[in-house]
Amino acid sequence: MNTLILRTTSSFLFTLLLLLSVFLLFRGHNEPGGGFIGALVAVGAYALYALAHGLKAARKLLPLHPLRLVGWGLLVALLSALVALFLNKPLMTGVWFSLFGVKVGTPVIFDIGVYLTVFGALLSALFGLEETARTGGQEGG
Amino acid sequence: MVTSVLVAFAGALGAPWVYRGLGNRAGWVLALLPLGLTLYFSSLLPAVLAGQTLRHGVAWVPSLGVGLSFYLDGLSLLFALLITGIGTFIVIYSGGYLKGHPDLGRFYLVILLFMASMLGLVLADNIVTLFVMWELTSLTSYLLIGFNHTEFRSRRAATQALFVTAGGGLALLAGLILLAGMGGSWEISELLTKGEVLRAHPWYLGALVLVLVGAFTKSAQFPFHFWLPNAMEAPTPVSAYLHSATMVKAGVYLLARLQPALGGTEVWSSTLMAFGLATLLTGATLTFRQTDLKRLLAYSTVAALGALVFAIGAVPLTSYYGAVGFAAFLLAHSLYKGGLFMAAGAVDHEVGTRDVSQLSGLFRAMPITGVAVGLSALSLAGLPPVLGFIGKEALYAAFLEAAPAWMTGLAVLGFAVGVTLALILTVPFFRGQPPEGVHEGSPSLWLGPVVLAGLGLLVGLFPGLYNPLADAVASAVKGAPVAYHLKLWHGLNLPLLLSLVTVLLGVGLYFLYPRLLAWMAREPIPGPESAYVGLMRGLMRFSGKLERLLQSGSLRAYLVWTFMGLVALVGLALLRGDGLLWPQLQGLHPGQAVLLALMLLSALAALRLRSHLATVVVVGIVGAGVAIVFLLQNAPDLAITQFLVETLTAVLIALVLLQIRRIGAVPRGRFLDKLVALSFGGILTLLMLAMLAQPMSPHLAQFFAEKSLPEGFGRNIVNVILVDFRGLDTFGEITVVGLAGLGVYALLKGLRKEGKP
Repeated sequence: MNTLILRTTSSFLFTLLLLLSVFLLFRGHNEPGGGFIGALVAVGAYALYALAHGLKAARKLLPLHPLRLVGWGLLVALLSALVALFLNKPLMTGVWFSLFGVKVGTPVIFDIGVYLTVFGALLSALFGLEETARTGGQEGG
Repeated sequence: MVTSVLVAFAGALGAPWVYRGLGNRAGWVLALLPLGLTLYFSSLLPAVLAGQTLRHGVAWVPSLGVGLSFYLDGLSLLFALLITGIGTFIVIYSGGYLKGHPDLGRFYLVILLFMASMLGLVLADNIVTLFVMWELTSLTSYLLIGFNHTEFRSRRAATQALFVTAGGGLALLAGLILLAGMGGSWEISELLTKGEVLRAHPWYLGALVLVLVGAFTKSAQFPFHFWLPNAMEAPTPVSAYLHSATMVKAGVYLLARLQPALGGTEVWSSTLMAFGLATLLTGATLTFRQTDLKRLLAYSTVAALGALVFAIGAVPLTSYYGAVGFAAFLLAHSLYKGGLFMAAGAVDHEVGTRDVSQLSGLFRAMPITGVAVGLSALSLAGLPPVLGFIGKEALYAAFLEAAPAWMTGLAVLGFAVGVTLALILTVPFFRGQPPEGVHEGSPSLWLGPVVLAGLGLLVGLFPGLYNPLADAVASAVKGAPVAYHLKLWHGLNLPLLLSLVTVLLGVGLYFLYPRLLAWMAREPIPGPESAYVGLMRGLMRFSGKLERLLQSGSLRAYLVWTFMGLVALVGLALLRGDGLLWPQLQGLHPGQAVLLALMLLSALAALRLRSHLATVVVVGIVGAGVAIVFLLQNAPDLAITQFLVETLTAVLIALVLLQIRRIGAVPRGRFLDKLVALSFGGILTLLMLAMLAQPMSPHLAQFFAEKSLPEGFGRNIVNVILVDFRGLDTFGEITVVGLAGLGVYALLKGLRKEGKP
């Protein structure tokens, strides 16, 4: 889609939306938001950019393969669940501690895992389209 | 104890890096892990021999009775020592045997993982822990048997072993759950004290059969024995470890462990003795069809496992011989079989063949291996002065006390084949000329066989060394204190006479071996394996038919199946429930009315529009309307999610439409489509109405509202529920999301490959 307005604004919006997604992720514990919603916003940022500049350009904005994000997300979530075991508490008990004056808890880390997994999975689907399109386009043209 | 198992798992995970760093010397270094564990368990010997049982555990999911709890008595200690001790030599041996193999790092990883799971299995007190470890040994052994994954035969053998043992594992799971229900505890140590309750329970027979199926498949008992010889496709270190001392003994371990709780009934003893004897004879008979060293050993393992099961069945019927014979024979068999397997692999490695008819004069070429084979073969034959003799004598005493004469006679016949096999194995070492250029392998190849054979001799000469532990093992199996004096010479008695008969029979059979071989190897004998093959073939045919029916490749057909399936299930639930109900509805606000009208209009428009993009937009309006309804009902989280999902769906469809350029107008709905859409929408409406008609319980909402801040430290109740209260569900859900992403990606990638000319 070749509209000047979309092309120009999407670059700004991309950054803004990514920031918003991280913001939503971290405020989620107390205000509306959370890992799932944050991840959807982040995917939205990429989808918007892809509409304006094409999937190939959007893909270049992610330094690693999105499927790796899925793996990392699941690992982070799993590790956050295991922490309690080492303190002799049942699996997935929330453990809260203070890091540089900021209250951090394993549920928040778990939410980061949710964020990464959902983000990676949806982006994999999105970028998969591009890989199909590359050869599909050649065939068509 | 918990730490030792965790250390074993952690060490296994680190193995590939150690290999990458150290290369060919990694085997010696990695062996420090099992060696350290052996020393640790040895340090617990004094406490256990003093009659203590050690228990240690951490909570895992206490609300479900699942704990990571471990229990150490004589029986589990002997197994732990065998697993880690033999494991040490196996790791060293692998370094020499698989030297330079490109996947050696992965091999270390899996075999150490196997060791850790096996250790967890024999130490487990909690039933769930036991089962998880049990399945882990099945999975890791699948990877180990199929290690040469480019060969069809090893893949087939690995799959067969997995199907048989994991299928039995399912039966075991059901049996264990029944046991826990009957005894009212998830801890084995507590179930052992409730034997009377368990045996008198109406579910006793069902639970027993299920547990036996699990144990019999794992320990290759008749009629499930066929997977074990086929598993010889595995690299020799695997056979030496899994198929001598450890995995195949897991079933035997479980039976011995549960003997005090389940044993003592007529059905227990007669079943175990019957199947044990059948297995012993099957293994012994089929020996005469083989000339391959490893397969010969595999059938002898089948026979030995049968003897062990027989002994466990005899435990309640004998004063103490059954339990003592079990303890002595178990150690003897693990030592000589592990050593013989490793020696067979060394011979194969140096000579290049495992066919006994092609081997000759090896003693001059490989004297160290020769000595080890000779000593182990003595134990296999059950001759003095090695441990195998003591074990067999005790077993004979048990059979004489517990079993009818004809059973004992058949058992003697089975053991006679052990003598024959010992001759078959040792004669090639002394007969004829050595092949050219064959020499002793590296120390890593002969160290294990020599030490294991040496131990067998040492304990045979000085049975007092093993006596205290044997008593502890026997007490654990018997469920009552046992004190017995192990010795080589008991004077002239009936067991000694039987031993003599065994040797004579065995030597006689050895001279018949070439003729028996020619006769038995001529045609395939139909056995339980044919049933397995038939079952698998039928399963494939059935799934092929099912696939053609369900997986036609048409997206439309999938949607019809999915939606109509849901309609049927929900409809059935509604019919069986309270039926159709009409809730009390409140009036609509003007705002809500306008919203609903808009949504209805969009939905109708979607039916009429012929442009794909426009259809996406109007369907999006319906979704956005739903989101606004959520917002009006004070559910901001739901509303945000709904908005985002709608937006993303629209964008994704738009992107897809951009990619697919040649696309016509939306086709008019067919009759079937209309029917599916109407019934799915209709059934969901009925479901919603029925749900609204139910009185809403404020209990849960109240609980979460009250506990969210003090226990979850969050003010957003929805989020706290997702990541804390119901975190396990969320974890399952994100796993599904991740897998779905992977699936979509793989599908699209597959399309690309097919699209390439």
